[in-house]
Amino acid sequence: MNTTITENITWFPACKTHDVPANGGVCVKYKDQQIALFHFTRRDEWYATQNMCPHRRQMALSRGMLGSQNGEPKIACPFHKKTFSLATGECLSGDECSIKTYPVKVEHNIVFIGITKDEGFEEALV
Amino acid sequence: MKIVIVGNGMVGYKFCEKLVAKANSNEFEITVFGEENRPAYDRVHLSEYFAGKSAEDLTMAPPEWYASHNITLRLGDPITSIKRQTKTVHSHTGLAVTYDYLILATGSSAFVPPIPGTDKKGVFIYRTIEDLEMMTAHARKAKKGAVIGGGLLGLEAAKAMIDLGVTDTHVIEFAPRLMPRQVDDAGSYMLKAKLEELGLKIFTSKNTSAILGDESIAAMQFSDDTYIDVDMLVISAGIKPRDELAKQCGLTVGPRGGIVVNEHMQTNDANIFAIGECALYNNMIYGLVAPGYEMADVVVSNIIGGNKIFTGYDMSTKLKLIGVDVASFGDPFVSGNECHTIVFEDKIKGIYKRINISKDGKQLLGGVLVGDAEQYNMLLQTCKNKVVLPPNPEYIILGSRGGSESEGGAGILSLPDDALICSCESVTKADICNAVSEKNCETVDTIKKCTKAGTGCGGCVPMLKDLMLHTMKAQGKYVRNILCEHFNYSRQELYDLIKMRQIKSYDDALNGIGHGDGCEICKPAISSIMASLWNEMILKKGNDTAQDSNDRYLANIQKGGTYSVVPRIPGGEITPDKLIVIGQVAKKYNLYTKITGGQRIDMFGAHVNDLPEIWKELIDAGFESGHAYGKALRTVKSCVGSTWCRFGLHDSVSFAIQIEERYRGLRAPHKIKSAVSGCIRECAEAQSKDFGIIATEKGWNLYVCGNGGSKPQHALLLATDLDSETCIKYIDRFLMFYIKTADPLTRTATWLNKMEGGIDYLRNVVINDSLGIANELETEMQSLVDSYKCEWKEVVETPELRKRFNHFVNAPEEKDPTIQFDEMREQKKAKEWK
Repeated sequence: MNTTITENITWFPACKTHDVPANGGVCVKYKDQQIALFHFTRRDEWYATQNMCPHRRQMALSRGMLGSQNGEPKIACPFHKKTFSLATGECLSGDECSIKTYPVKVEHNIVFIGITKDEGFEEALV
Repeated sequence: MKIVIVGNGMVGYKFCEKLVAKANSNEFEITVFGEENRPAYDRVHLSEYFAGKSAEDLTMAPPEWYASHNITLRLGDPITSIKRQTKTVHSHTGLAVTYDYLILATGSSAFVPPIPGTDKKGVFIYRTIEDLEMMTAHARKAKKGAVIGGGLLGLEAAKAMIDLGVTDTHVIEFAPRLMPRQVDDAGSYMLKAKLEELGLKIFTSKNTSAILGDESIAAMQFSDDTYIDVDMLVISAGIKPRDELAKQCGLTVGPRGGIVVNEHMQTNDANIFAIGECALYNNMIYGLVAPGYEMADVVVSNIIGGNKIFTGYDMSTKLKLIGVDVASFGDPFVSGNECHTIVFEDKIKGIYKRINISKDGKQLLGGVLVGDAEQYNMLLQTCKNKVVLPPNPEYIILGSRGGSESEGGAGILSLPDDALICSCESVTKADICNAVSEKNCETVDTIKKCTKAGTGCGGCVPMLKDLMLHTMKAQGKYVRNILCEHFNYSRQELYDLIKMRQIKSYDDALNGIGHGDGCEICKPAISSIMASLWNEMILKKGNDTAQDSNDRYLANIQKGGTYSVVPRIPGGEITPDKLIVIGQVAKKYNLYTKITGGQRIDMFGAHVNDLPEIWKELIDAGFESGHAYGKALRTVKSCVGSTWCRFGLHDSVSFAIQIEERYRGLRAPHKIKSAVSGCIRECAEAQSKDFGIIATEKGWNLYVCGNGGSKPQHALLLATDLDSETCIKYIDRFLMFYIKTADPLTRTATWLNKMEGGIDYLRNVVINDSLGIANELETEMQSLVDSYKCEWKEVVETPELRKRFNHFVNAPEEKDPTIQFDEMREQKKAKEWK
């Protein structure tokens, strides 16, 4: 599941709920980071992951297609259709590369993404 | 138990992988010594290093993998001696490690023939990533190169040199033919012709006598007293087993090198094993990776108490050399009284196929395939398993195209259970059938995960799929080509259901006839069906996220994350004013421009944010979407026709424009292309298109189902001497029938290949209306034609839709700062993949 929510999390307001297309994603800018935010309307779930595809290191996951595999929610990268679990970040296409996930919460129609304070800034994801 | 592995190549790594997979790793203390500074990498695909793969991409497993399995990996630290009395190895850095079992996986080094001058600068061997790095550095200033050795690796090396920019490259082979161990004379001749087309200069029966030059190589001298000037040479003349360590500690080695092993891969010291290219089994060194893997498996089995033995290995091989398929299997050379040989040769297409058949016509003994090796897996299995051949064995290399007899999977069914389907991972037919029948694997993906089959070179995947379907059928399961786990229907069934129930959104489809949450397979397929049926705006609210990424952004996502823009240019005809607009737009938004293969102009490198504005300018100038992003009609190519051409019979340009405008925006199972030629000179290449039209004295000839994508196919003649109206009527029926009945992502050629009755059946449906649906097909097409709108125009005019093209939801004006470009020939290009 998503990262354990602790005291140590900064919740930053990413956008309004209606900014995110139903069953789709958007890219959110947080400092110099890019985070993909998804509204899996069908399951009434929100997910956030790194926006970079770990395979070719391109900023495109937010433009991918949502889906599920044996009930597990996943995102398919638009470049080469590698799929990743939105819950764990694990690559579901048999590869070893996985993606980072972030906790998400919605309050008063605003979507918040949780950044763990001591994570600081991740060069790799910039 | 302490296990030491000397050598961290592909086979050394595979040994570790197999050991940790089969045994409890706590029982073992495993240490690996590698000479190179990097962990094991895929040497077989070394030349892909030049095609953009990084050293990382080639890595078999990162150092963390070893750590996570409790394996001590010591890189850059070769073993210098083995003390068998104390069961200890000593490393270069002075480390001494004791072992219970020692595995020698020291591999081989390149064999350098004794030619004077091989020590000169500019002479390389082709073996390690370091070799490639040195070659790369030298190739920058080299102009003319040569490779000694026309075997597998030599030809790979020649490809590598071409990739490095040394386009003037010679291949020098001592034997009278290329790949002498795999291919016969005629096959070699065909291979040579194909490679020469690609620019290589190939010499066979040529013996290098000296390498000339002061310090650096300047020329090569041959024994026939000819010579060529070269400034770079790669030697790839075979391998030499690395047996120095074994020799030094008194293990038995062969007279021409190689550590002698028995069927357990044991050396004459029972605690020491040798595997891979350093091992000599039955007087044979196996210079391929698959037998090395098999040897690793045998040793793992022996160590953990099993009793597997090595009984030799089939040296059949299939590879793609510089884009040319080459394969050989069984005994490719048998001849004389014990067999007869069937040969198929097509010099124009560069295809050569030979099969050797036992004299009674019942068994396949071996063969060679050049130019088209699609049947390799099936032939290999037929050969290895001694399957009884059908009465007309020539069919197995000629294949059937559009004929009425279906190839089916009868061949696979007749294979015995122990037939090896995936040779990379040693998976048998029984393993796969069990996975299907006992573990409920009913998709290729689950079979891959469950058995590892198809995860190596991937060549066996088509057989995997056939085998899976046949096993399911044999169990009495009603096998439908179901789309994915969310829809228990084939595309055909979905099409009918969606039409009957008037389903207009993906969510309604999922709620009504599917289950679960959908995925990247069913979403685009259903969206495409709905587009073909209703032709509604593709980005209609609620449906847009069910479109494939390219459809969702009405542009193709390209390397680097930018998009390409292709306006429609019907028939390839364009006014100077419109040309100027394209130039101005491309300049303003800093886009790379290229004429496409379909007579249009492609603009690359557009930021997603800029797409609506770019399209606004194009639309204002009279352009419309070219649907280059959709599974849709792309282009109708045309020659200049009777308007200007002195041979032209009819006005091919006007007809091409009429057709392109009729079918623009038409969504189909795959992209479709067309062309119209004004005479039989066929300048528009209409016979290589999904549908093509050629002018005759009396009207138009209509061809269908050409192209074929990765496996090119010629179109077949459907009807002759048609007037324009009838021609369009037939195309309406043909396209609509294809749209209604083809599987997702199936091209027209493949669709026809699978159609029982082939072109005759299709002709009956389209021309003779044998199904009584011609009217329906025409009406449906007309309603699609009538409902066409330019999607980009709608986006440009709808602020709500334009918003979706922002990169950042919370910083709409900012573009993606990570996008970077390089430059090439005065234009920008995408930065290389990292």
